[in-house]
Amino acid sequence: MPVNIRVELPQHLRTLAHVGHEVEIQVEGPVTQRSVLDAVESAYPMLKGAIRDHVTKERRAFLRFFACQEDLTHESPDAPLPDAVISGKEPFLIIGAIAGG
Amino acid sequence: MSKVRVLVGTRKGAFILTADGKRDKWEVSGPHFAGWELYHLKGSPADPNRIYASQTSGWFGQVIQRSDDGGKTWHQPGTPPGETTGPGGAPKGESNKFVYDTAAAPLTTHQFYDGTQHPWEFKRVWHLEPSLTDPDTVYAGVEDAALFRSTDGGKNWKELPGLRGHGTGPKWQPGAGGMCLHTIISAAGAFRSDDGGKTWKPINKGLYSKYIPNPTAEIGHCVHHVAMNPKRPGVLFMQKHWDVMRSDDAGDQWTKISGNLPTDFGFVIDVHSHEPETIYVIPIKSDGEHYVHEGKLRVFRSKTGGNEWEPLTKGLPQENCYVNVLRDAMAVDTLDKCGLYFGTTGGQVYMSPNAGDSWSPIVRDLPAVLSVEVQTLA
Repeated sequence: MPVNIRVELPQHLRTLAHVGHEVEIQVEGPVTQRSVLDAVESAYPMLKGAIRDHVTKERRAFLRFFACQEDLTHESPDAPLPDAVISGKEPFLIIGAIAGG
Repeated sequence: MSKVRVLVGTRKGAFILTADGKRDKWEVSGPHFAGWELYHLKGSPADPNRIYASQTSGWFGQVIQRSDDGGKTWHQPGTPPGETTGPGGAPKGESNKFVYDTAAAPLTTHQFYDGTQHPWEFKRVWHLEPSLTDPDTVYAGVEDAALFRSTDGGKNWKELPGLRGHGTGPKWQPGAGGMCLHTIISAAGAFRSDDGGKTWKPINKGLYSKYIPNPTAEIGHCVHHVAMNPKRPGVLFMQKHWDVMRSDDAGDQWTKISGNLPTDFGFVIDVHSHEPETIYVIPIKSDGEHYVHEGKLRVFRSKTGGNEWEPLTKGLPQENCYVNVLRDAMAVDTLDKCGLYFGTTGGQVYMSPNAGDSWSPIVRDLPAVLSVEVQTLA
């Protein structure tokens, strides 16, 4: 049964996708970085290539992933996300890794 | 009455400047794509309301934008204007996908700054060149250097692999700005195709670059810009790293025409739209000091196809000026009295309505200007 996952986007991705700071997407099966990002790209195809490489699906170097005040950037893309993300209590955060002018 | 539309790409967005044929009162719109680097915008000669833009970011990568109404509204090709996404109208999200053709051009590495081989990696689109006849066909020169083409209005892109695959690719090396392709490849040199982009050959005979092991090598030259007048496509003018050059045989042989320029380092070069022997450059002090010479912003004009140059200074700052003018940041319109435009890293866009005799700023305080193009509209 699909679950609703909250995903918070950085400003420039919100502009590209024409959405607010948080979107809600449906994920089927295990809730992992990979399944969440697949669902984000499916719902908002204009974000393909802006979070992960089009072909390799590797994270773009200056982006990081957080949830529940933990840095999940270097976790396996197939590791389950925290329960609070799966339950919808907490969002999955996509953020810029460094500040820039 | 005629009208001009100037398309300005900056470090922090795009701006569109419009005026009637007198070119004395300007309207400014923007920033479009605020906060992003806009390397280049260019309108289709076949449909002037069709404009392509290269939007890029170190964080989020490459985005291609398109306008079908002269820059009033924009969308990513494949995403209908005004729509985001959704069932029935869902875009494929392929308009920002640039994947090197490893089948036809089995190149995996090029020479890196330190001489070692380095993987070919797409970074951004530096230059967009719409077809002269088909609004849906557009070419993209990218970093790491390759040429892509879209024939569906920018929705999908395919590499023209003959350029990267013609044989010298592994010897290509990045210039200071990266290994990019606009009209040329920095720092490999100029190439020409005589069969619509299938095959390419280097056209660098006559170039001399003292900073490379073999100063007259077939490839390895840091060419900054090449310009021509469409009425005489066989005559090319080049601003190399150092040296201003010309060729009268479509690049088969080059001759130095720096003449009396105070310095012949620079980035831009352009040709008068009605006088094919009248050319313009903006000399920059040196490769180590990327700002105008002696603190004076001067456009130099030659009416003799090179060698004899005159400084054009009226209306331009002549003291304490230390801006640069980047390689795609100069353009000419095609009105009866040829207009010239250039943008600086200080955020000014200057315009001359009289072929360079006098200048005035259209805007003074934009972010650093990366590119300037102009459309002459009926």
